[in-house]
Amino acid sequence: MRDDRARSVPTAIKILVAGGFGAGKTTMVGTVSEILPLHTEEVLTSASTHSDDLSGVEAKRTTTVTMDFGRITIGDSAVLYLFGTPGQDRFWFLWDELAIGALGAVVLADTRRLADSFPSIDYFERRRVPFVVAVNCFHGNQQFEIPAVRNALSLDPDVPVVLCDARDRRSGREVLVTLIEHVRALTLGQAHTAVGTPG
Amino acid sequence: MRADHDDAHQWLDADAGPLVRAYAVTGGRARPGAGLFDLVTYVVAAPAGQRRNAVHLQPEHRALLEHAREPISVAELTSRAGFALGVVRVLLADLLDEGAVIRMAPAVAPGHVPDDDILQAVILGLRHA
Repeated sequence: MRDDRARSVPTAIKILVAGGFGAGKTTMVGTVSEILPLHTEEVLTSASTHSDDLSGVEAKRTTTVTMDFGRITIGDSAVLYLFGTPGQDRFWFLWDELAIGALGAVVLADTRRLADSFPSIDYFERRRVPFVVAVNCFHGNQQFEIPAVRNALSLDPDVPVVLCDARDRRSGREVLVTLIEHVRALTLGQAHTAVGTPG
Repeated sequence: MRADHDDAHQWLDADAGPLVRAYAVTGGRARPGAGLFDLVTYVVAAPAGQRRNAVHLQPEHRALLEHAREPISVAELTSRAGFALGVVRVLLADLLDEGAVIRMAPAVAPGHVPDDDILQAVILGLRHA
Protein backbone atom coordinates (compact mmCIF):
# COMPACT_ATOMS: atom_id res chain seq x y z
CA MET A 1 0.00 0.00 0.00
CA ARG A 2 1.26 3.44 -0.90
CA ASP A 3 2.10 5.88 1.84
CA ASP A 4 -0.32 8.68 1.05
CA ARG A 5 1.17 10.99 3.62
CA ALA A 6 4.40 11.09 1.70
CA ARG A 7 2.76 12.15 -1.54
CA SER A 8 3.17 15.73 -2.60
CA VAL A 9 0.42 17.89 -4.02
CA PRO A 10 0.79 20.38 -6.85
CA THR A 11 0.95 24.07 -6.09
CA ALA A 12 -2.69 25.15 -6.08
CA ILE A 13 -3.16 28.69 -7.35
CA LYS A 14 -6.53 30.28 -6.72
CA ILE A 15 -7.68 33.01 -9.09
CA LEU A 16 -11.02 34.80 -8.94
CA VAL A 17 -12.93 35.99 -11.99
CA ALA A 18 -15.22 38.84 -11.01
CA GLY A 19 -17.31 41.49 -12.70
CA GLY A 20 -20.88 42.57 -13.12
CA PHE A 21 -23.74 40.40 -14.30
CA GLY A 22 -23.29 39.57 -17.98
CA ALA A 23 -19.68 40.74 -18.14
CA GLY A 24 -18.52 37.33 -19.36
CA LYS A 25 -17.36 35.54 -16.18
CA THR A 26 -18.90 32.21 -17.05
CA THR A 27 -17.68 32.49 -20.63
CA MET A 28 -14.12 33.24 -19.60
CA VAL A 29 -13.85 30.51 -16.97
CA GLY A 30 -15.23 28.08 -19.54
CA THR A 31 -13.02 29.03 -22.46
CA VAL A 32 -9.70 29.02 -20.59
CA SER A 33 -10.23 25.85 -18.58
CA GLU A 34 -12.08 22.66 -17.93
CA ILE A 35 -15.23 23.95 -16.29
CA LEU A 36 -17.12 22.29 -13.47
CA PRO A 37 -20.13 23.44 -11.49
CA LEU A 38 -19.63 24.11 -7.81
CA HIS A 39 -22.62 24.28 -5.50
CA THR A 40 -22.51 26.07 -2.23
CA GLU A 41 -25.41 25.93 0.12
CA GLU A 42 -26.14 29.07 2.05
CA VAL A 43 -28.74 30.31 4.45
CA LEU A 44 -30.59 33.40 3.36
CA THR A 45 -31.36 35.53 6.36
CA SER A 46 -34.32 37.83 6.78
CA ALA A 47 -32.17 40.71 5.57
CA SER A 48 -31.96 39.18 2.14
CA THR A 49 -35.33 37.56 1.72
CA HIS A 50 -36.96 40.64 0.24
CA SER A 51 -34.66 40.47 -2.74
CA ASP A 52 -35.43 36.82 -3.31
CA ASP A 53 -39.20 37.07 -3.45
CA LEU A 54 -39.63 34.89 -0.40
CA SER A 55 -42.31 37.10 1.10
CA GLY A 56 -44.62 35.29 3.44
CA VAL A 57 -42.21 32.53 4.38
CA GLU A 58 -40.15 32.12 7.50
CA ALA A 59 -37.12 34.33 7.99
CA LYS A 60 -34.44 31.77 7.23
CA ARG A 61 -34.28 29.77 4.03
CA THR A 62 -31.58 27.73 2.44
CA THR A 63 -30.54 28.46 -1.07
CA THR A 64 -28.01 26.83 -3.34
CA VAL A 65 -25.62 29.11 -5.13
CA THR A 66 -23.86 27.64 -8.13
CA MET A 67 -20.50 29.11 -8.95
CA ASP A 68 -18.38 28.59 -12.02
CA PHE A 69 -15.19 26.79 -11.30
CA GLY A 70 -12.46 25.79 -13.71
CA ARG A 71 -9.10 24.09 -13.59
CA ILE A 72 -5.95 24.46 -15.66
CA THR A 73 -3.20 21.92 -14.99
CA ILE A 74 0.34 23.14 -15.60
CA GLY A 75 2.56 20.08 -15.89
CA ASP A 76 3.08 18.22 -12.63
CA SER A 77 3.89 21.24 -10.54
CA ALA A 78 0.93 23.59 -10.51
CA VAL A 79 -2.81 23.75 -10.97
CA LEU A 80 -4.74 26.96 -11.49
CA TYR A 81 -8.19 27.04 -9.93
CA LEU A 82 -10.50 29.70 -11.34
CA PHE A 83 -13.61 30.69 -9.45
CA GLY A 84 -16.27 32.90 -10.99
CA THR A 85 -17.64 35.06 -8.22
CA PRO A 86 -21.39 35.04 -7.65
CA GLY A 87 -22.79 38.09 -9.37
CA GLN A 88 -25.74 38.93 -7.17
CA ASP A 89 -25.11 41.40 -4.38
CA ARG A 90 -26.79 39.21 -1.80
CA PHE A 91 -24.07 36.57 -2.20
CA TRP A 92 -21.20 38.90 -1.46
CA PHE A 93 -20.45 37.09 1.77
CA LEU A 94 -19.27 34.15 -0.35
CA TRP A 95 -16.50 36.30 -1.74
CA ASP A 96 -14.65 36.36 1.58
CA GLU A 97 -14.18 32.62 1.47
CA LEU A 98 -13.13 32.76 -2.17
CA ALA A 99 -10.70 35.61 -1.58
CA ILE A 100 -8.78 33.86 1.22
CA GLY A 101 -5.46 32.73 -0.16
CA ALA A 102 -6.24 33.91 -3.69
CA LEU A 103 -3.22 34.84 -5.77
CA GLY A 104 -5.25 37.50 -7.50
CA ALA A 105 -8.35 38.40 -9.45
CA VAL A 106 -9.53 39.31 -12.92
CA VAL A 107 -12.24 41.96 -13.03
CA LEU A 108 -14.11 41.64 -16.30
CA ALA A 109 -15.57 44.93 -17.45
CA ASP A 110 -18.28 45.52 -19.99
CA THR A 111 -17.87 49.02 -21.41
CA ARG A 112 -21.64 49.36 -21.81
CA ARG A 113 -21.96 48.93 -18.05
CA LEU A 114 -18.64 50.03 -16.61
CA ALA A 115 -20.20 50.96 -13.29
CA ASP A 116 -21.06 47.29 -12.71
CA SER A 117 -17.37 46.59 -12.09
CA PHE A 118 -17.03 49.20 -9.32
CA PRO A 119 -18.06 46.82 -6.49
CA SER A 120 -15.52 44.19 -7.55
CA ILE A 121 -12.73 46.76 -7.82
CA ASP A 122 -13.61 48.25 -4.43
CA TYR A 123 -13.63 44.81 -2.87
CA PHE A 124 -10.20 43.77 -4.15
CA GLU A 125 -8.67 47.16 -3.36
CA ARG A 126 -9.91 46.95 0.22
CA ARG A 127 -8.71 43.36 0.67
CA ARG A 128 -5.42 44.13 -1.07
CA VAL A 129 -6.00 41.28 -3.50
CA PRO A 130 -3.93 41.94 -6.66
CA PHE A 131 -6.18 42.35 -9.68
CA VAL A 132 -6.24 43.29 -13.33
CA VAL A 133 -9.13 44.77 -15.28
CA ALA A 134 -9.96 42.99 -18.52
CA VAL A 135 -12.28 44.87 -20.84
CA ASN A 136 -14.37 42.28 -22.60
CA CYS A 137 -14.73 43.24 -26.27
CA PHE A 138 -17.05 40.43 -27.26
CA HIS A 139 -19.63 42.87 -28.57
CA GLY A 140 -17.17 44.18 -31.11
CA ASN A 141 -18.14 47.78 -30.43
CA GLN A 142 -15.29 48.95 -28.29
CA GLN A 143 -16.56 52.25 -26.98
CA PHE A 144 -13.65 53.15 -24.75
CA GLU A 145 -9.93 53.28 -25.12
CA ILE A 146 -7.90 51.78 -22.28
CA PRO A 147 -6.89 55.17 -20.78
CA ALA A 148 -10.55 56.17 -20.73
CA VAL A 149 -11.50 52.96 -18.92
CA ARG A 150 -8.69 53.45 -16.42
CA ASN A 151 -9.88 56.98 -15.82
CA ALA A 152 -13.53 56.04 -15.56
CA LEU A 153 -12.74 53.34 -12.99
CA SER A 154 -10.31 55.58 -11.01
CA LEU A 155 -7.70 52.83 -11.02
CA ASP A 156 -4.29 53.11 -9.44
CA PRO A 157 -1.63 53.60 -12.11
CA ASP A 158 -0.07 50.19 -11.48
CA VAL A 159 -3.29 48.20 -12.03
CA PRO A 160 -3.07 46.61 -15.50
CA VAL A 161 -5.97 47.20 -17.90
CA VAL A 162 -6.17 44.98 -20.96
CA LEU A 163 -8.64 44.30 -23.73
CA CYS A 164 -9.80 40.73 -24.16
CA ASP A 165 -12.32 38.50 -25.84
CA ALA A 166 -13.68 36.20 -23.16
CA ARG A 167 -14.80 33.76 -25.85
CA ASP A 168 -11.24 33.26 -27.06
CA ARG A 169 -9.04 30.79 -25.20
CA ARG A 170 -5.75 32.46 -26.08
CA SER A 171 -7.09 35.90 -25.20
CA GLY A 172 -8.48 34.72 -21.89
CA ARG A 173 -5.27 32.94 -20.97
CA GLU A 174 -3.26 36.04 -21.82
CA VAL A 175 -5.37 37.92 -19.26
CA LEU A 176 -4.26 35.33 -16.67
CA VAL A 177 -0.65 35.87 -17.77
CA THR A 178 -1.13 39.63 -17.25
CA LEU A 179 -2.42 38.95 -13.73
CA ILE A 180 0.46 36.65 -12.83
CA GLU A 181 3.01 39.12 -14.21
CA HIS A 182 1.30 41.80 -12.08
CA VAL A 183 1.66 39.61 -8.99
CA ARG A 184 5.30 38.94 -9.87
CA ALA A 185 5.91 42.68 -10.25
CA LEU A 186 4.35 43.37 -6.85
CA THR A 187 6.42 40.59 -5.28
CA LEU A 188 9.75 41.16 -6.99
CA GLY A 189 9.66 44.95 -7.36
CA GLN A 190 12.56 46.31 -9.40
CA ALA A 191 13.88 42.80 -10.05
CA HIS A 192 10.79 41.86 -12.04
CA THR A 193 11.30 40.98 -15.69
CA ALA A 194 8.30 39.72 -17.62
CA VAL A 195 8.60 36.15 -18.87
CA GLY A 196 9.58 36.15 -22.53
CA THR A 197 11.06 39.63 -22.34
CA PRO A 198 14.69 39.89 -23.50
CA GLY A 199 17.10 40.64 -20.70
CA MET B 1 -4.53 22.83 14.06
CA ARG B 2 -5.21 19.17 14.11
CA ALA B 3 -4.96 19.14 17.91
CA ASP B 4 -7.49 21.97 18.19
CA HIS B 5 -9.83 20.13 15.91
CA ASP B 6 -9.62 16.98 18.00
CA ASP B 7 -10.15 18.89 21.22
CA ALA B 8 -13.27 20.52 19.85
CA HIS B 9 -14.77 17.12 19.18
CA GLN B 10 -13.87 15.28 22.37
CA TRP B 11 -17.49 15.37 23.51
CA LEU B 12 -18.45 13.39 20.45
CA ASP B 13 -18.68 9.76 21.53
CA ALA B 14 -19.88 6.82 19.46
CA ASP B 15 -23.52 7.63 20.26
CA ALA B 16 -23.32 11.28 19.32
CA GLY B 17 -21.45 10.67 16.09
CA PRO B 18 -24.30 9.33 13.97
CA LEU B 19 -26.51 12.22 15.07
CA VAL B 20 -24.00 14.66 13.71
CA ARG B 21 -23.57 12.75 10.48
CA ALA B 22 -27.31 12.51 9.86
CA TYR B 23 -27.55 16.23 10.48
CA ALA B 24 -24.77 16.79 8.02
CA VAL B 25 -26.19 14.90 5.08
CA THR B 26 -29.61 16.41 5.56
CA GLY B 27 -28.47 19.96 5.53
CA GLY B 28 -24.91 20.62 6.54
CA ARG B 29 -25.85 23.42 8.86
CA ALA B 30 -23.15 22.57 11.41
CA ARG B 31 -20.30 23.31 9.11
CA PRO B 32 -16.68 23.44 10.18
CA GLY B 33 -14.82 26.59 9.31
CA ALA B 34 -13.55 27.03 5.80
CA GLY B 35 -10.02 27.03 7.19
CA LEU B 36 -9.93 23.27 7.66
CA PHE B 37 -11.06 22.47 4.12
CA ASP B 38 -10.32 25.37 1.84
CA LEU B 39 -11.53 25.01 -1.74
CA VAL B 40 -7.99 24.25 -2.87
CA THR B 41 -7.05 21.98 0.04
CA TYR B 42 -6.18 18.49 -1.21
CA VAL B 43 -7.59 15.39 0.44
CA VAL B 44 -7.12 11.70 -0.28
CA ALA B 45 -8.82 8.56 0.99
CA ALA B 46 -6.71 6.79 3.60
CA PRO B 47 -5.61 3.21 2.97
CA ALA B 48 -8.31 0.90 4.33
CA GLY B 49 -6.05 -0.37 7.10
CA GLN B 50 -5.73 3.08 8.64
CA ARG B 51 -9.45 3.64 9.07
CA ARG B 52 -11.05 3.27 12.47
CA ASN B 53 -14.85 3.09 12.35
CA ALA B 54 -15.50 2.74 8.66
CA VAL B 55 -18.54 0.58 9.38
CA HIS B 56 -20.43 3.74 10.43
CA LEU B 57 -19.92 5.53 7.16
CA GLN B 58 -23.01 6.54 5.23
CA PRO B 59 -23.36 6.33 1.44
CA GLU B 60 -22.52 10.03 1.14
CA HIS B 61 -19.25 9.47 2.99
CA ARG B 62 -18.41 6.51 0.79
CA ALA B 63 -19.18 8.55 -2.32
CA LEU B 64 -16.60 11.12 -1.26
CA LEU B 65 -14.02 8.40 -0.59
CA GLU B 66 -14.66 6.94 -4.04
CA HIS B 67 -13.90 10.31 -5.63
CA ALA B 68 -10.82 10.79 -3.44
CA ARG B 69 -8.89 7.65 -4.35
CA GLU B 70 -6.27 9.99 -5.76
CA PRO B 71 -5.49 13.35 -4.15
CA ILE B 72 -8.22 15.82 -5.12
CA SER B 73 -9.03 19.40 -4.20
CA VAL B 74 -12.08 20.10 -2.07
CA ALA B 75 -13.53 22.16 -4.94
CA GLU B 76 -13.24 19.30 -7.43
CA LEU B 77 -14.45 16.76 -4.92
CA THR B 78 -17.52 18.91 -4.25
CA SER B 79 -18.18 19.33 -7.93
CA ARG B 80 -17.80 15.65 -8.79
CA ALA B 81 -19.85 14.44 -5.82
CA GLY B 82 -22.65 16.88 -6.64
CA PHE B 83 -23.16 17.87 -3.00
CA ALA B 84 -23.14 21.39 -1.65
CA LEU B 85 -19.79 22.66 -0.40
CA GLY B 86 -21.06 23.07 3.17
CA VAL B 87 -22.22 19.45 3.24
CA VAL B 88 -18.94 18.19 1.83
CA ARG B 89 -17.03 20.04 4.55
CA VAL B 90 -19.07 18.39 7.29
CA LEU B 91 -18.69 14.96 5.69
CA LEU B 92 -14.95 15.48 5.31
CA ALA B 93 -14.69 16.46 8.97
CA ASP B 94 -16.43 13.16 9.83
CA LEU B 95 -14.04 11.26 7.59
CA LEU B 96 -11.05 13.02 9.12
CA ASP B 97 -12.28 12.00 12.58
CA GLU B 98 -12.65 8.42 11.36
CA GLY B 99 -9.15 8.42 9.95
CA ALA B 100 -10.70 7.64 6.57
CA VAL B 101 -9.39 10.69 4.79
CA ILE B 102 -6.07 12.48 4.88
CA ARG B 103 -5.86 16.24 4.59
CA MET B 104 -2.71 16.91 2.61
CA ALA B 105 -0.33 19.75 3.38
CA PRO B 106 -0.44 22.46 0.71
CA ALA B 107 2.63 22.93 -1.48
CA VAL B 108 2.57 26.64 -0.62
CA ALA B 109 1.48 27.98 2.76
CA PRO B 110 -1.92 29.69 2.51
CA GLY B 111 -1.62 33.38 1.74
CA HIS B 112 1.90 33.05 0.38
CA VAL B 113 2.86 33.75 -3.20
CA PRO B 114 4.36 30.66 -4.87
CA ASP B 115 8.05 30.66 -5.78
CA ASP B 116 8.83 32.72 -8.84
CA ASP B 117 10.02 29.71 -10.84
CA ILE B 118 6.54 28.20 -10.41
CA LEU B 119 4.88 31.41 -11.58
CA GLN B 120 7.16 31.57 -14.59
CA ALA B 121 6.32 27.95 -15.42
CA VAL B 122 2.61 28.77 -15.15
CA ILE B 123 3.00 31.68 -17.58
CA LEU B 124 4.83 29.50 -20.08
CA GLY B 125 2.21 26.79 -19.64
CA LEU B 126 -0.65 29.22 -20.22
CA ARG B 127 0.93 30.44 -23.42
CA HIS B 128 1.92 27.10 -24.87
CA ALA B 129 -0.57 24.56 -23.56
